[in-house]
Formats: sequence, C-alpha cells, structure tokens
Amino acid sequence: MVENLAELTEGESARILSFTDLEMSLKFLEMGCIPGEIITLERIAPLGDPIAISVAGYLLSMRRSEAATVVIKRLSASQNK
Amino acid sequence: MSKNSNQNQLHVALVGNPNSGKSTLFNSLTGLNQKIGNFPGVTVDKKMGELLLDTPNGKVKATLIDLPGTYSLYPKSIDEEVAFQALCDPENEHFPDLTVIVADATNLKRSLFLCSQIIDLKMPVVLALNMMDLAEKHRIQIDASQLSQALGVPVIKLNARKGEGIEELKVAIAKTTQHSKTDILQINKIAPETIEEIKKIVNVNCDFSAFILANNLNIISLVNLNSDKKAALQRLLDHHQFDAKKLQALESIERYKVIAEIMEKVVKEGESKTTNLRTKKLDKLLTHRIWGYVIFLVVLFLIFQSIFTFAAIPMEVIEQLFLQLSAFTQNHLPPGMFTDLIVNGIIAGLSGVAVFIPQIALLFAFIAILEDTGYMSRVSFIMDKLMRKFGLNGKSVIPLISGVACAVPAIMSARNIGNWKERMITIMVTPLMSCSARLPVYTLLISLVVPEDARYYFFNVQGLVLMALYLIGFLAAIFSAWVMRVILRSKEKSYFIMELPVYRMPRWKNVGFTMVEKVKVFLLDAGKVIVAISVILWVLSSYGPGNSFKEIEKKYEQVEYKSRLTDAEIAAFIASEKLESSYAGLVGKKIEPAIAPLGFDWKIGISLVTSLAAREVFVGTMSTIYSVNDAENTKSIREKMLAEINPKTGQKVFTPAVGFSLMLFYAFAMQCMSTIAVVYRETKHWKWPLIQFVYMGVLAYLSSFLVYWWLK
Repeated sequence: MVENLAELTEGESARILSFTDLEMSLKFLEMGCIPGEIITLERIAPLGDPIAISVAGYLLSMRRSEAATVVIKRLSASQNK
Repeated sequence: MSKNSNQNQLHVALVGNPNSGKSTLFNSLTGLNQKIGNFPGVTVDKKMGELLLDTPNGKVKATLIDLPGTYSLYPKSIDEEVAFQALCDPENEHFPDLTVIVADATNLKRSLFLCSQIIDLKMPVVLALNMMDLAEKHRIQIDASQLSQALGVPVIKLNARKGEGIEELKVAIAKTTQHSKTDILQINKIAPETIEEIKKIVNVNCDFSAFILANNLNIISLVNLNSDKKAALQRLLDHHQFDAKKLQALESIERYKVIAEIMEKVVKEGESKTTNLRTKKLDKLLTHRIWGYVIFLVVLFLIFQSIFTFAAIPMEVIEQLFLQLSAFTQNHLPPGMFTDLIVNGIIAGLSGVAVFIPQIALLFAFIAILEDTGYMSRVSFIMDKLMRKFGLNGKSVIPLISGVACAVPAIMSARNIGNWKERMITIMVTPLMSCSARLPVYTLLISLVVPEDARYYFFNVQGLVLMALYLIGFLAAIFSAWVMRVILRSKEKSYFIMELPVYRMPRWKNVGFTMVEKVKVFLLDAGKVIVAISVILWVLSSYGPGNSFKEIEKKYEQVEYKSRLTDAEIAAFIASEKLESSYAGLVGKKIEPAIAPLGFDWKIGISLVTSLAAREVFVGTMSTIYSVNDAENTKSIREKMLAEINPKTGQKVFTPAVGFSLMLFYAFAMQCMSTIAVVYRETKHWKWPLIQFVYMGVLAYLSSFLVYWWLK
C-alpha cells in the first residue's frame, strides 16, 4: 500500500521513498527531503493544516496538499525510537 | 554602483539560506556604512556596504553586497532569481570577485547544498560557519579544517551575534583569490555529452556553470549569449532531450549523497538529534489550538497599543516642529506666491511624509522582533488555512492588521509574503482596513448624525456605529480578497514549504537596523511622490482661474465688512470664498452632478478633492468652507454643518442619510496619496495603484449610493 506524508499522525516517523509531483519534489529536495531520509511529523496546525515535520535536524512546515506528494514508508513503533 | 567605475575594487557577495544569520553578519561587517536600494526592476531590497581589508599592500576597500537568501541555484521566487543572476551571470553588474557563504552550523547539511553548488561554479569562496554557539549547545562538533579540505575552500567558524570570528573572516576574504580545485559533484556524469557541447556554444569551461545555464535558460540574461546562441543552445537541449527538471532532481539527490559523505567525516553529533527541546515546548504552547490564538491576539493587542501610545508622542512633536518651521519661514520670507509655495506646498508635503516615521519605525521594530525570534513563521503556521480561503497567506495577517494603524507601513510589510499573487492581493485589500486617519472623519460625521445620548440596550450607539465601520472595512477587505483570488492569474506556484526556525532571543541591533532601513526606504521612494502630489493639490486649492482671488480680497476691503466683522472673521470668509473659487472648488462644483446621487453637495465635493491628500484633511477643509476660524475646535464645525440648509430643498444638508453615505464613502474610497505612492513603490507599476483607486472608488460610490437611497 502506498502511503503519503499527509497520512502520518503526530509523533509518527517515516522514511521518504519518492515523490509524485516532479515540480514539487524539486522544492522538497533542495530543503533536504531526499529519498531515504527519515522524517517525523512534529506538529499539525490547529485547523488541521499545515503540518510541520522534522528533517535533517530542523523543522519544516508545509501544506497538506504538498505533503500528499511525498511517498513514504511508516517506521514501525520499535524503529521509532 | 557600476562595476566599471570601481574597476580595481574587490566585489564581495554575501550568500546564504534564509535564517542563516546573513543580515547580522552583513551588519557586523559593514556597520552603519550601508546603502539601501532596490535591485533594478524588482521589489527586492538591495543592501550594499563597504568593508576594510588588511592586505600586504595596506588597507583595501571592498564592496560587500547582501544577496537575497536562497536555498539553491534553482530559483523559485523573484528573490532567489536575483541571487541566482548575480552569481551565475558573469556579465551581471553584481557578479562578485569572491563569495562569502554563510552556513548555519546547526543546519549544516542543508547549508552545504547551496554552498557546494556555488563552489562548483568555480569562483573564489569563503565559507562562514555561523551560529557556532548554538551548534555547541546542540553538541554538534564540526571539524573546520577537515571540512575546508573536503570542500577546497577556507572555512571560518563564526558567531555573528557576538561578533566572534569577524576578524578571521576578513583576513580570509583578503587572502582568498583562487577557486576550489576539485568538483564536489561530478556533474559531468549526469549529462556528459550535453555539457561538453554547451560549453562550446557559450564559451564557459566550468561543467557546473554549463549545467546550471542550460537548466535556467529562460531566466539568465547573459549579454554574450545573443539570440542565435540561445536558439542554438535550445536546439542542442532539444536534441539531447535535456529534461531540466528531471536532471535537477537527479543533481539534487546526487549532491546530497556527496554531502552526506562529507558530513560523515567532519561532523560529530551528540545526543539531541531532534529539534531542540525548548523549541518543542514553546511550539506546543504557541501553536496550541486555543492558546496559540489567544497569545497571538494578546501580542497583536500589545503591538497596537504601543504603536498608538508611543507613536502619538513623536508624531505630535514632528507636527509641531513643522508648524514652527512654516511659521518661521512665513515670518522670514517676503509674502507672496513663492513663500506660499514653500510653506503650504513643500513644507506641508514634507510634514505629511515625516509624520509617518514613528509608525513605520515602531511597526517594523515589532515585525523584526517577531521575525527574529521565529514567532512570525508560527503565526503563518496557525493562520494559513484560514487566510488561504480568501486567497491570502498566513503571512497576510500582519499587513492586514497593521492596516488598522496605517496602510503605509502595512503595505511595506507585505514584502515578507513570498508568493506573488498572495502578496498582490494583500497589498490591494489592506487600504480597506479602517486606518487611524479615518478616525477624525468618522468622529465628526457620527457626532453629526447620531445623537450623543442614543442607547441600544446599554450600548452607546455612537460607539456601535464606529465599531460597525471598522467591521465593514475588515469584511470589505476579506470579500475583495476573495474576489481577487478568482480574478488574478498567478505566474508562480504557491509554496508553503518553509522552515520553522528555532526560537531565539531577538538581536536588538538587527531590530535597530531594520527600523532605520525601512524609514530610509519610505522617505527616499514614497516621500518624493507624496511631496509632488501635495504640491499639486496645493496649487489646485490655492489658485483659481482669472483674477477671482483678487476680487474676493477687494470685496472684503470694503467698509461695510470692515466695520461689521473682526479681522479673524474676515480672514475666515476670505479663505472660504477663495477655496470655493479655486481650481479644487471648481472641480468640487463640476463633480456635483456625479455625487448628487450619493447625497453630496459641491461643498462635500471640494472636501473629497482635497481629501485625496489624506482623509483627515476632510475636517480641515470643512472648517475652511464653513469659515470656522478655529480649525482645532470640532464642536464649532459640527454646529455649522448641522445648521447647513440645502437652498433647493430647504432641508438640512447633513441628514442621517448623507452622514452614513459619507461615512461609507470614506470607509472604502482610496483617498490617500501616501498609500498610492507606497503601492507604486512596492509593485513597480502604476497599474496597481490605478486599479486599486478605481475598484475602491467604485465600491465607495455604490455603497454610498445604496445607503443614501435606503435611508432617504
């Protein structure tokens, strides 16, 4: 099953696999979201959108529609630590 | 400054990611010795300064330019395009001899992305590792000499906040003349044939330059790249099926792989790999679904309280100073047209410009603090979804709300909005927010048509009406934004992918620099237009056709007036009649048929004309027309206006219908030359202030018309 970044819940970690939107992926890539990188969903804005993830040691916020273009694989709870 | 005029001077550029502490470093390096301007044709602030370097040949001056923050050499906004062109186009007037890259040591991986791209352009580079103190706190250890070896450029550890490492950086700038010998990323592997052929066509010998050039063919404006060459290049790219975007993605991934290898060697990270704990705790509170908004409201409340309280005093002082200056000028120059021009045209215009300084300085001090601490991006974070529905951005909140004080600094603050469309919409609707200049007009009109002791339950009706006017302004702004969201076509894609920086204490020096900078920009750019328009308005209201003015003066020299009236009364009558027969007066009379459907007569028409200078002028013009010799006394103007009878109908002029119609007109119409000047300055086209003037005018006319006929 293909999961995307917008489906994560707060505190969950995942590994970036690929992108579905080439244009959008360029922005993600330069911000350090590269395939293989492990990210954690840190916060969801009060109205449910945007969201903030931690990647490469910093916080990155994005809209849900943007996050939905990032294909991820959830890490199981044991890997989460 | 053109490059040719300073052939032998060293040109240094400062580049880095946003939030890397670049401006602080710029300020430490140049001090107050800065020139602030605009990059040609775009609304991107350009800051240049001078730098003294110690060299074996003695002290040498270098010019330092602060390029807009960027994450890569693939520009995605106008700011980034400016940085890109300066670095990648050798014909660009800002193309540097040496580039100082500012890297955030706590964010080294991402910083090295831009850094390694610039090094691969084969230009002399010095890497400044900023925020070393924070990195140490996060237990991040960076081996500078190893990093220097891996990149082939000098690396200087820096703490720009405390000024540590500045001298070492200057030495490195003076010493470095060579570019790195190694390619950090072998770009040749990605599209080998294409790159070789590009190099032949455009005559560059650096692989990565050729790649970047091909990748941004539509942006770069190389002088030596004439249209033939450009076409040849395009053919070449088509032939090799050079897919710019795919290759860019590939390049980014490969580059990050190399960076990961370098990081492995030079960085030792301690326990706290995640974002720091204090930021996490603060975020829990500041982006909380209830407390987040409560705190934001409190912050806004405090900001506006202090703007109204603290700005009022210096504004008063500035006004008094200019009053004294005009009195002094009037007393020391011979009476006549020239003196009148200086006093009532130019000095009055300058005073109208200067009076904005306290509000601009204070608002930008607060904005700088909000930005510097990292709170501003959280405001965008919690407001974005709400604002997006109306075509606005999370960052539109500050300009919109600042509009309640004054649209001038508010529109200037819209520069923080990266997306062109959202920024334009914000600029276009901000003047609908009820600014402080409307307050005297509202107060006078409300007192005319709403009885002082009127109560609705236990609320004072006058207060309710005033509140309703503010609310109407806000709703009109939101509604117009929503309409423009549909109409405006956007050229660029809207991104909200942005960094939420860690919370920090504000750098007070930066706050000071920002204040000075914004005031300078306002005075130099918008100031000119404001003075020019106020001189024009002065001409319109102090001259009339033929010798009508002389005849008025003659009329009041007759004995029957002199015996009946005091000097002050005569002066007031003369002023009133002169205004009536001036060009402004004639315009007021000419437009009477057009404004009659709104319930306005020609006297109100004159006020509408003079109010183009600023809304509060309405009160002054009214007092001149009704020959009230004490303009400060609102009560006497009110009585005169109340007593005014329409000669055609025999009824009162200022009925509730007229009063409310006029209030709505002032709520919506764009009667503020300072705003017009600032909108022009911020959009670079007269088109935008013109559209704004027209749409707000139509809105004002229609709503006044409807309310007049409803209440009549």
